[in-house]
Amino acid sequence: MALRCAIIGSGNIGTDLMIKMLRSDTLNLTALVGIDPDSDGLKRAKSLGLQAPYDGPDWVLKHAHEFDMIFDATSAYVHVRYHHKYQDAGITAIDLTPASRGPKVIAAVNMHEHLDAPNINLVTCGGQATTPMVFAVRRALNVLPYAEMVSTVASRSAGPGTRQNIDEFTKTTSMALREIGGAEHAKAIIVLNPADPPIMMRNTVFAGIPEGSDHDAVIESVYDMEKQVTSFVPGYRLKNPPVIEEGPFHTPGGVVPHRAVILLEVAGAGDYLPEYAGNLDIMTVAAMRVGEAVAKHRVTGLSEPAQL
Amino acid sequence: MSTTADFRLIDSTLRDGSHAISHQYYAEDVMKIVQGLDAAGVQVIEIAHGDGLGGSSFNYGFSAVPEKDLIAQACEVSGNAKIACLLLPGIGLADDLREVKELGVGMARIATHCTEADISEQHIKVAKSLGMETIGFLMMSHMNSPEGLAEQALLMQSYGADSIYIADSAGAMTTEDVRRRVGALVAALDVPVGVHAHNNLSMAVANSIAAYEEGAANLDGTSAGLGAGAGNCPTEILAAVSDRYGIMTGVDPLKLMDLAEEIVRPLMPRQQVIDRAGLLLGYAGVYGSFLLHSQRAAERYNVSQAEILLELGRRKVVGGQEDMIIDVALELAAMHAQEE
Repeated sequence: MALRCAIIGSGNIGTDLMIKMLRSDTLNLTALVGIDPDSDGLKRAKSLGLQAPYDGPDWVLKHAHEFDMIFDATSAYVHVRYHHKYQDAGITAIDLTPASRGPKVIAAVNMHEHLDAPNINLVTCGGQATTPMVFAVRRALNVLPYAEMVSTVASRSAGPGTRQNIDEFTKTTSMALREIGGAEHAKAIIVLNPADPPIMMRNTVFAGIPEGSDHDAVIESVYDMEKQVTSFVPGYRLKNPPVIEEGPFHTPGGVVPHRAVILLEVAGAGDYLPEYAGNLDIMTVAAMRVGEAVAKHRVTGLSEPAQL
Repeated sequence: MSTTADFRLIDSTLRDGSHAISHQYYAEDVMKIVQGLDAAGVQVIEIAHGDGLGGSSFNYGFSAVPEKDLIAQACEVSGNAKIACLLLPGIGLADDLREVKELGVGMARIATHCTEADISEQHIKVAKSLGMETIGFLMMSHMNSPEGLAEQALLMQSYGADSIYIADSAGAMTTEDVRRRVGALVAALDVPVGVHAHNNLSMAVANSIAAYEEGAANLDGTSAGLGAGAGNCPTEILAAVSDRYGIMTGVDPLKLMDLAEEIVRPLMPRQQVIDRAGLLLGYAGVYGSFLLHSQRAAERYNVSQAEILLELGRRKVVGGQEDMIIDVALELAAMHAQEE
């Protein structure tokens, strides 16, 4: 039995997710919901035989009995206004905006912890890319006093949602680095780069390494995590070998003698937008994984054991 | 000093200057510099981490003293001067603006890369709603055409910005580049235009005067040129040169010279000279604050700083991408290891 799904938001993310979801056995997508009848996403949805209404989230609420699950690819602002309405209508919401209303899920780290939640927040694209590495450093150490991520995305792959919600991006991401990554203090930074041809999504993780830590264990754990993420995001890779640099560094979590520098690159699968838009791809892949895990969990009543 | 001035001078010694001392300002430095600027008649004093509010980080360098402590100190000491803060959306938060407003900050400068003005909407509107004078600040302006820059400036104006700045963050512009950009903005906008110059090509003062001649109403400087890259437009030189041109500045050049010589120069770990690395920033069009970061990476990985800067220029990195310095240094080191 497949879950009946709608995607709300016909921008870059929603359209890319639509193309991925049409290949799914467990998620039965029947509608892409937008607000602009002339948007490329809605035109494509129509040509693919989906319903493509343009009266926004209210359409879904009017047709609530037709859906088990929605994927919200609008903006944090819109999700904040509607999240309780989806819940009241008995529809599970997978939130791709940084609205942060439900428990946060990072596909590579804690996917199986919240399969029964009525609302699951997927943090941000940068959060999906970097939290696994913060988690990897943390599991090799007794304590991780401070972690930081810098995400650089091509201007052309940052839609109006990201642009108008840039504070939500950094706040939600830094929360994920703490709550899921395990850092005591954290900071997130996002930079847009307009270069043409567009750059691939780049993410850098810095992690404060306390005195007396096993540096080899940190490096090994980072390589292990790269393999784990690459297994479902093929374009995810360490752009350069992870390095441990000497400080000291006066972090908000205290002075540390060293820092780990982990330089990542994410190439997209090229489903809707080109390869450079790895930021969209890692988000839509995470949404698919989480959606399919929820579907499987509903059928079997069991979640797969976490693989960590 | 006279209150009439042909342009308004905004001093950024305590913000852009922070790059040159790796963000190691202490309360005593802030007190002396604010007192000196205020006494000289400077109307606006900008203070924050070099990369703006919230900039203290691995990527940009940690501040020695929490910036809000220093901002509070500046607000307390300042007599007539308005205290300003810079914020880059993506690094600092709207909440930071609310906090510094409480401390007494009267101006917010919201900075984006010269093609990304639309990420400033949230922050410009918050600053305006807090009653702060709000300036839109377009960084790396050499990377956009005069027409393109005017379009971006119009966006910031539509969000409510009280004036718009053209920032030559790489110190890469010629006088002609500045004239065309200022001219385009003055023609397109209803609000005043400002210019923030850097000295990597030794053009900072000349470019500032040219900007004034094209109609710029706000000009930036830093004491002794303290700042990212080869430094900023030196406030005391701009004041002196303006005097010679007969342009009224409303500030006392002699007092600014005293401040630069007696207070700021003794703080400087290195003089603001245009050495090879500084010149290369301007020549390759690379963000000025990469100077010290690339120097450290070059030493750490035993590669040439010049090679790092040229490669960053080729990759068209923008302000904020300091992490790419490590990326490039590692790749150069690996390439050299392979060659050997």
